[in-house]
Amino acid sequence: MKKNFLAAKVLLIISLCVLAIPMIGSVDKASAFSNQVIQHGAVGDDVIELQSRLQYLGFYNGKIDGVFGWGTYWALRNFQYEFGLPIDGLAGQETKNKLVKASQYNKQYVKEQINKGNKFTHYGGVNLEQQKKPQGGTAAPQQQEKPKQPTATNMPNGFSENDIQLMANAVYGEARGEPYTGQVAVAAVILNRVNSATFPNTVSGVIFEPRAFTAVADGQIWLTPNEKAKEAVLDAINGWDPTGSALYYFNPDTATSGWIWTRPQIKRIGKHIFCK
Amino acid sequence: MLRGILIVVLALGVAGTAFWGYQEHREKNAILINAENNYQRAFHDLTYQMDLLHDRIGTTLAMNSRSSLSPELAEVWRLTSEAHSDVGQLPLALLPFNKTEEFLSNIGDFSYRTAVRDLEKEPLTEKEYQTLKKLYTQSADIQQDLRKVQHMVLEKNLRWMDVEMALASNQEAADNTIIDGFKTVEKTVEGYGETDFGPAFVNMQKKDENFKYLKGDEISEDEAARIAKKYAALGNNVNIKVTENGKGSDYGFFSVSVQNKKTKEEADMDITKKGGYPIWFILDREVAQQKISLNEASNNAIRFLKENGFQGLDLFESAQYDKLGVFTFVSNQNGVRIYPDAIRVKVALDNGKMAAFSAEDYLKSHHQRDIPEPAISKEEARAKINPQVKVMEDRRAVIINDLNQEVSCYEFLGTMGEDTYRIYINAETGQEEKVEKLKNAEPIYEDVV
Repeated sequence: MKKNFLAAKVLLIISLCVLAIPMIGSVDKASAFSNQVIQHGAVGDDVIELQSRLQYLGFYNGKIDGVFGWGTYWALRNFQYEFGLPIDGLAGQETKNKLVKASQYNKQYVKEQINKGNKFTHYGGVNLEQQKKPQGGTAAPQQQEKPKQPTATNMPNGFSENDIQLMANAVYGEARGEPYTGQVAVAAVILNRVNSATFPNTVSGVIFEPRAFTAVADGQIWLTPNEKAKEAVLDAINGWDPTGSALYYFNPDTATSGWIWTRPQIKRIGKHIFCK
Repeated sequence: MLRGILIVVLALGVAGTAFWGYQEHREKNAILINAENNYQRAFHDLTYQMDLLHDRIGTTLAMNSRSSLSPELAEVWRLTSEAHSDVGQLPLALLPFNKTEEFLSNIGDFSYRTAVRDLEKEPLTEKEYQTLKKLYTQSADIQQDLRKVQHMVLEKNLRWMDVEMALASNQEAADNTIIDGFKTVEKTVEGYGETDFGPAFVNMQKKDENFKYLKGDEISEDEAARIAKKYAALGNNVNIKVTENGKGSDYGFFSVSVQNKKTKEEADMDITKKGGYPIWFILDREVAQQKISLNEASNNAIRFLKENGFQGLDLFESAQYDKLGVFTFVSNQNGVRIYPDAIRVKVALDNGKMAAFSAEDYLKSHHQRDIPEPAISKEEARAKINPQVKVMEDRRAVIINDLNQEVSCYEFLGTMGEDTYRIYINAETGQEEKVEKLKNAEPIYEDVV
């Protein structure tokens, strides 16, 4: 009796396993997406897939660039609306399953186009070969084979990649030996000046104001900045100001102007004293 | 023979060097002149704009019909901004020339405010006329002073490059006519003190800096150290350094830096003396490979804020920058979004932990507000929007408008073509307060060729 029971149990387990295998297989095949919930602002492969699939169904008409921006957001919401899902603009498990079921994703094709820098689309029902256009006539053979990740990037409102680059140059030239907080602080001072009534109203205006920054005067601004400097600039733009709204800073060891000492001092970060 | 060759070679060498030196000299002069010309242009532009500014303010005073004032005031506004940009191009950064720039900016604010107002319905008040008159006489003084400097510059053939040199070598005693001239201008403006721009005038620079909405007692340095240690979460084996704010700060704070003795990871933060609130926090750490999604990170950020007693917040924006997620939260009072109350949290996407946050805006502006019931309905507000825009979302919100005032609005998110816009319609007056085109992802320009 007992033996029988055991045999039955084994049989049950085996049959369950057999049943489960194709299920696991199919699940695996269908969910090319990783497990993450994709939300506005995300970047990466999942976003590329999301955009491609939404485009396949005709919801998304923008560029497949791997950045979850507003275009992707509205496309996703429309998809959720049409398919009777809760409209939250988040690509959760349920949404992704529906999307995978309803659309096809030719990963190889999309990746290839992105790597080659081609202009392309991924609409369903149209031959993919007709949807790509090499950029700039004769497509030069690409030597590098490192996978190029997204071809676009998030930028804070009101700033361009070039503004950030310029600021990163200034920060690197002025404060490359400083602790990270000190670099954010220098970037914050530039932004405080832009917002201040007593300085020019543009990033370039502030940076290139004659005699404002020593790094500009002696050409150190044209050194190539590292990632840290750029990160510091992004932090400052995104709202971090470690200086307490300072408009000036100076290095007390090298400052040549007596006037700078008359400014009310707020605090010291690294080698720099920050003042109003 | 050998000697002859040597002489020839040396002679050629000397001649070559002389020629090269001469070329260099000429090039240097060309560049100097070029720089000088830029300064001269900015300077003469400046005096010209001040001339015009004075005239224009005069015209506005003389105008009889109040409704025709608007374009004139707009012109004044434009001139101040141009004059301002000219000042920015002169090598005066280390000269105390702030007062003059502030003066320009104040005229600009005043004229902008009055120019965008519907002067038919709300004409200039008597007080504003008085302000205009005062500005007129003050601008005359500045104009006079600047003209004097200009006259001297032209007569004595003064060069801005000399100002540069004088400032660079910091020869305070050096008699530099231009520097002296500008110091005189500055003194003149200083003499005006605070011009009375009327009761409704909000000076854009005078934001509340004093954290007046914060409650609580002053904390001690030890308490500040304890708070920072908790936020930094770098363990117990740490060096802690607490510094008090300098005299020039508008508010009292402690700067605390916490460093783990082993890993050398360092966290810095400022804490208000009043109540011990965290103003900002930055952890300096190399972030490794991304392991968690932006969505998980945003949940972590929400949890972090909850644990630290920040409540009633909406996630407003999220964005991934490489291996970091940055989230902006704004407070929500009975379903109305309060945009001035913003908190930003940065989460590292390798371990999902908070890497930085900034609560300065929130601490400065957060309080229980009296939000009036809207005077117009949502449909009425929607009718004010450009019909080309397809509205996708709407809600109520409090924003800070161009005049630096908090206004209650209807917020609409809409699309036109590929672009998404955020549009704010004043819930009291139906005025279009702000239209923002939201940023699309920006293509990376590296390796495009």
